[in-house]
Order: sequence, then C-alpha cells, then structure tokens
Amino acid sequence: MKHEIKLFVNDIPYNITVNSQDTLLYALRDILHLTGTKKGCGEGECGACTVIMDGEAVRSCLILAVEADGKKIITIEGVSANGKLSRVQRAFVEAGAIQCGFCTPGFVMAIEAALRKKKTKKEELIKAVSGHLCRCTGYENIIKAIDKIVRG
Amino acid sequence: MDSVGKSFVRKDAASKATGAALFTADLKFPEMLFAATIRSPKPHIKILGIDDAKAREVMGVVGIYYAKDIPGENVVPLVFMDYPFLAEKEAKFQGQPIGLVVARDINTARKAVRLVKIKYRELRTVFDPLDAMKKTAPKIYGRDNIFKKFIVKKGNTKSAKPDVEVEDVFTTNYQVHAYLETQSMVAVPQPDGGVNVYGSMQCPFYVQDAVKKILGVPYNKVKIVQQTTGGAFGGKEDVPSIVAGHAAVLAAKTGKPVKLIYTREEDFQAMSKRHPGWAKIKYGAKKNGKIVSCEVKYILDGGAFSTLSPIVLWRGTVHAAGPYEIPNVYIETYAVATNKVPCGAYRGFGQPQIAFANESLIDILAEKLGMNPLEIRRINAIKKGGRTETGHKITGSIGLDKTINLAVKSAGWNRKWKHPSSKSGSRRYGIGMATSIYGVGLGAGGKHLAKSGSFVQVEPDGSVLVAVGNTEMGQGARTVLSQIAAEALGAPYEMVDLMATDTSRVPDSGPTVASRTTVMSGNSILNACKSIRKRIDDTVRKMLKAKGRVIAKDGFYHIGGKKVSYANAIARAWADRIHLTAAGWFRVEGTTYNEKNGQGDAYFTYTYSTMVAEVEVDVETGEVSILNFVSAHDIGKAINPKLAEGQIQGGGLQGIGYGTCENLVLENGKILNPNFTGYIVPTAVDAPPIKPIIVEEKYKGGPFGAKGLGEPPLICAAPAVANAIYNATGKRIKSLPIIPEKLVC
Repeated sequence: MKHEIKLFVNDIPYNITVNSQDTLLYALRDILHLTGTKKGCGEGECGACTVIMDGEAVRSCLILAVEADGKKIITIEGVSANGKLSRVQRAFVEAGAIQCGFCTPGFVMAIEAALRKKKTKKEELIKAVSGHLCRCTGYENIIKAIDKIVRG
Repeated sequence: MDSVGKSFVRKDAASKATGAALFTADLKFPEMLFAATIRSPKPHIKILGIDDAKAREVMGVVGIYYAKDIPGENVVPLVFMDYPFLAEKEAKFQGQPIGLVVARDINTARKAVRLVKIKYRELRTVFDPLDAMKKTAPKIYGRDNIFKKFIVKKGNTKSAKPDVEVEDVFTTNYQVHAYLETQSMVAVPQPDGGVNVYGSMQCPFYVQDAVKKILGVPYNKVKIVQQTTGGAFGGKEDVPSIVAGHAAVLAAKTGKPVKLIYTREEDFQAMSKRHPGWAKIKYGAKKNGKIVSCEVKYILDGGAFSTLSPIVLWRGTVHAAGPYEIPNVYIETYAVATNKVPCGAYRGFGQPQIAFANESLIDILAEKLGMNPLEIRRINAIKKGGRTETGHKITGSIGLDKTINLAVKSAGWNRKWKHPSSKSGSRRYGIGMATSIYGVGLGAGGKHLAKSGSFVQVEPDGSVLVAVGNTEMGQGARTVLSQIAAEALGAPYEMVDLMATDTSRVPDSGPTVASRTTVMSGNSILNACKSIRKRIDDTVRKMLKAKGRVIAKDGFYHIGGKKVSYANAIARAWADRIHLTAAGWFRVEGTTYNEKNGQGDAYFTYTYSTMVAEVEVDVETGEVSILNFVSAHDIGKAINPKLAEGQIQGGGLQGIGYGTCENLVLENGKILNPNFTGYIVPTAVDAPPIKPIIVEEKYKGGPFGAKGLGEPPLICAAPAVANAIYNATGKRIKSLPIIPEKLVC
C-alpha cells in the first residue's frame, strides 16, 4: 500500500510516497538520495544507520517510513553545515578513529544526539555508542575521539 | 625525511566523516536493476529441476538466470578450478548459489527468490574434516576429499633425543570477517559488449579474471573500479569474484546496470570465513629449555570448494613450528573438503589457528621444564643468522628479541608473572604472552603474483596523481603510498593523492593481501618516481646552473647552497615540455623454496611480533576481562606511525574476539547464528586498552625500510589471552573461542 508522508530532513521538508514496509533508512537513502546513512545489517544490530529523529538517536532500519511521518530528522549530511566538519567529525578525523569509514556516520550521529541532549561526560558518550560496531579500529581511537570531544 | 615516518591524517578521513565517501551501495545509474541470489536449501543435493513459474509472474521481475545462461565459463578462477559460479547439477553446501533473479527493485527480487522451488534429492554429507578423510566418507572433492597436502622436513625428528616431550591437540572455530559493509557490486554494460564493474573488493584483478571468464570476453572489455570499501580483512579477496561475476552476467543479459548487494544474513551464510583448524603438535626439548624437535599434523576444514584453501594451508604450514629455531622439524598438513560454506582468506591466513597450538604448547613445555614462559621464548626465539623451519637463514631485519623485551617491559611481566598455583579467590589475575613470525607478502606460495604496477603523473601545478593495483580498504594504503610518492618526488605530501584502483589504469598487480601493499606498491611507486625525479633533477640543475646531486627537502630542491622551490621546478619542467609521467613496475625475484621437502627461502622477509595479555577471570562465571594488552611488532619502518598503531589496535581486538567471544554455531552444515545478535563481535564497552609498540629493524628491500603489518596484529592475540587465562586459573583450554562455559565446566 502506498502512503503520502512528510519528512523534515535536515530542515528541508519533503513530501514522498512510500510503501507500508519501507523503512526510514530506505526513504532516506533510496528516495531522498541521502546516502551518508549506511546500512550494515538492516536488523538494528550494528548502528551504522543511526539518525536523529525528534532529538533521539534511532536506528533508521528499524523505523518504518510511515512512522516517521511529520518527524524532524537529522542525518549525517545535516551535521556538517557548509562543508565544515562538526566538532564530533573533527575529533574522529584527528584522533584516527576512522579506517574503512562505513560505521563512522552512525557513531557520529549517536554522539551528536547525546551532545544535543546535554550528555557531555565521557561515560555518557561511550554508552551512546556501546551498541555500535566498528570492526577496524579496536575502538581505541574512537575513545580518544570521545576524549577530545569531552575536553572541547 | 619530510613525508615518511610522519603521522599525517588519512586522506579519506574527512569524506568518510561526512558520509560523502561513495560506497558501492551509494551508486546509482539510470535504469539500474536489482539482483538477488537463489541458493541451495540443503548442504548436499542433486538438483532434479527448478520450478520458477510463480516467481516469473511477479510484477517487476525482469529475468531469472541459471548456469545454462552463462555466456562464458561457469567456473570461478582461483587456485583450482572447482567452484562453479552457479551450481548446475549438484550443490555441495547450504547457501551455494544456483540462480539469480533480477528485478526493478530489490524487494521484488527477494520476493521472487522465495517463490522459486528447487526440486532435489539429498545426498550423503560429511561435516567434520577428520571424518571426511576416512575412506568411507562421501566424496566432496576428488578421490579423498583432500584439496592439498604439504610437508616440511628439516633435520630428523626421530634422532633428536629430547629430555622432555609435550604433545597435545588444539582446535579452533570459524571466524567471520564481520566487515560492516556486506558484499556489494554494480555491473554496468558497455555499448561495445564490455562491462564496467564498480564494487567493494580487495583484489580488482581477481574480479577482472572472474568477469572475463564468466562473460567470455577479452580483458580489455572488462574494467573494474574499486569503490570505497567498508572493511575486508580477507573476506573481500576471493568472494567478490563470485558476486561480480553474477552481477556481470545479469548486466550482459538485461543490457542494464545491475546492483547486487548481500543482506547481512546472506553474507554470514554464504561468504568465506576463517577455516576451523585441528592441530596435533609435539615439542621435544633439552633440560636447559632448548627445543630440539617439533612435529605437527595440521588440518584445515576447507568447506565444499577449494577457493584459497591450498595457499591458506601453505602459509600455515611454513609457520607451523612457531618463531623458534628448531633443528628437527616434521610438519604434515591437509586442507580437506566438507559440506559446508567454503572457507577462504582471513587476516592471518592459516597462521592464527596454528599459532594458538604452538604458543599454547610452548607454555605447557615451559611449565614441564619449571621455566617461565618468557624464559623459554628467549632461549628459542629465532635470532640473526638463525634458520626458520624451512631452513631460511635470516640475515637481517630481525627484531623478535626486541619485540619480546619491549612488550614484557611495558606490561611489567617480571613483577606480575606468578605461577597459577599461587592464585586464589573468585576473581583471579593472570598474565600471558605469545610470539609470532610472519612471512611478508605471498612468498613462494604465490610467486606468480609477486609483481606490482603503478602510474605516477606530476601535473603542471605540482599536484601528483598516483595509481596502483593494490587497494585502500580501510587500512590506510591511500595515505601511506601517497607519503612514499611524496618522499620520492620531493613533493609536499598534501599535493599527492592516490586514485581509486582501476584495472584500466595499471596492469595486474596481484592481490591486496598478505600485508604486501606497502612493500609491493611502495616499491613500484619508487620505481616510477625514480625516472620522474631524474628528469626533475635535470631541470633543477639547469635552473640553478649547478652540477651534482639534487637533494629534496622542505619543499625545495637543493644543490649545495642553491635552491629552487618544488612548484617552480615543476612549472619549469612543464614549460620545457619534460615528460613528468611514468609507469612503475616491481617484481620479487624467485624464492628457493622446494615443495617436495618444504625447505628453502619461503618469503623475502618477515615481521616479528610479541603480545602480552593481562586478564582477570571470574572462576565462578567463567567471565574473562582483558585488563591490558601490549602488542609489539618489528615492521622495518613505520611510514605513518599513527596508521600503523591503528592496524595494531584493530587487528588486536579482532584477535581477542577470535580468542574469547566470536563463536559461529553450525548444525548439519547450517549456520545457526547468522547475525550480530548471535555472533558476538567486541564492542566499545568490551574493548581493552591495546598498547602498540613499533620496532624498526629496517628491511633493505622495502620502501624506506618498511616490511608489512596488516595481518600480524591478529595472529598471536588469541594464544596470548589463552595463556593469560591459564596463568589466572590453571585451566588449559585447548579450543577456541574460550567462552565462559569452557572455563566453568
């Protein structure tokens, strides 16, 4: 069944048509062509598809597009305004927290969401990414990036 | 040096942080179709027929294709030619590809796959490699189910006369690569009958071979372009050939671009893994701790097709005695066929399984001799002038002793190591160590591939375009190779960049595996830069009206006290119409290894490693916490120390996961936990601090002294943890992974 929905993505309103079973991830990547959000598992296990929806970090592969109707979404494309890295992105780049980079947008969005909720302690930020998988770095430099963010 | 040895930020870091980097799934082409794979429902079947009438009726299905539709040859070109792209009459593992559906969208393609009914008769199965070697076993491969056998014979183990002998059997389970990006390919048909393939891969030239074969077209009609690749670890060495072959056939059949991306479950079920290993190993030593003999029988469970098993086995074979100088060695190894998913390359390539065996057994030997595990390793560690198990005399770049000394010093071994009998209480501390030797590159096992091409072009503004045949898959090749080119040309690092690997730009350079990229592509780039530098240097001499050697430093070319800037020299050379482009080539001369007795030089050089793990074990629950992990490696020269440390940390955690929690469960050939809920990989919460230590014993054949590093950080991590667990508990667990259940039973 087709549904007309409205999404506010990175402050831009979109009217799109989706099927009942389409996920928010599908709507973002395949309908709106915002491919910075990644699909690692499609089952909510890896965190690569994390976006911010109405202020909460969510796994966009577990949210149906119709559930997101009328919601305010921020994707990885929305955090680096005018091509300038956000402080979370800058910390990841400088700390060497990026190798293959497939998990990076999800980690960045989880931390962005936590910071926007005024969670700024190291433990809180580590908790925010505790369900995110990275297979390349051993997390050591991701923790270092978090240290940089905490220090400001 | 201006560029080498500096910890520059990765060239691709910013585009990955913003999500701008293009992975294969992000690509879109006009009229693109989507594909899904029809797979064998059982581990061993005779295919009697296929009913796909219902699937063909689904709105949006464009076509369904089988083995008979393949225009070229139905065989994946790897070591042996036994693996068909699509099964025709018989399928030998659950999940083996049988057919392909192509549709206007991915959900339709997957729905159609579910509607295809395969009519089959189940055939006899065998799942255990030791059973598969028995005469009565059903035949999966050849007459004896043995893909390959190797022997190493050095001295005579029968006349070794040891005072003490220890012998045991050690087993290891599968390991899943769990790269975050699943297998992904897009094939785009070309108007002249060729095809371009864009995809996630380590080895574009393997993919080119495969696409050429399945389509039956010449190489110059097949162009492979690697996309940003979301992790590989060996899992994108051989299997992308299959995925690309499938996508290419569909593109050829439909005349449209076709995208083929695996689901996570499909990737778990059907992609290669680390081979389960079985090893019986015996060390004999004198009372003073000197090991005088080593006997090994080592078996790898290859799964249903040979894929890379013969060369995985070879690497395991020529490292099976450990990093020790032992005068008498006998090693016998087998890669065996079973009705399970074919195993292939995984970081370490046959070494982690046998390293668990020899590094556990040497601790058992130390205890029997009343020695400390550190002491026995110091006595036996291979030293300058020593000979490996294949009789290779090591004459230079050998830092094993240094890695041992620095790792134990960092961990405080002498203060902390106490015999297990002294431990008590429910939470017990333990410390353990392990060492390894690692032959860099493909060695004698892959000598026909030991070549590497490059292309370097200095543009009029001084920016430099570099192309190589090896790939960036997250390890940092783009950055490290740019540093090598910058150093060789005297160019500022920021002005040099590497192109995406494209088979139409450089010739077949072998695979991106075996920690070979820095040495092979690095040397090839040096070769290209040398001829360009010669022409730049001539220009510099003309500009400075001086003779003699040109030194590049700080963005200037210097002769004596005179200098000219890099930018001005390049501008002048272009104004003079000097050719500032070169193709580079590097090949490794033959090794002396003889397969009959397993003796001779197996590799051109080796990386040496020592790891120390500190653990706390809850003896009531079996829970293991890694408190600290030190990982020291002699890599010749770190071109980019920060990226080298990243390899050590990432590989270390993969090795710790292999040793403690990553547990794939199969029942009758079916994987029961094909997802991240059931197959546990370490998270940020589990990750221990990993302290990297880099030792630089320069290798004169490497670029600026470099050897290789990708694989060694994983190899002896699991045995270091296993030895620490023994040190804490007095329990010697002889099978990986060491999950809590094994410690409390």
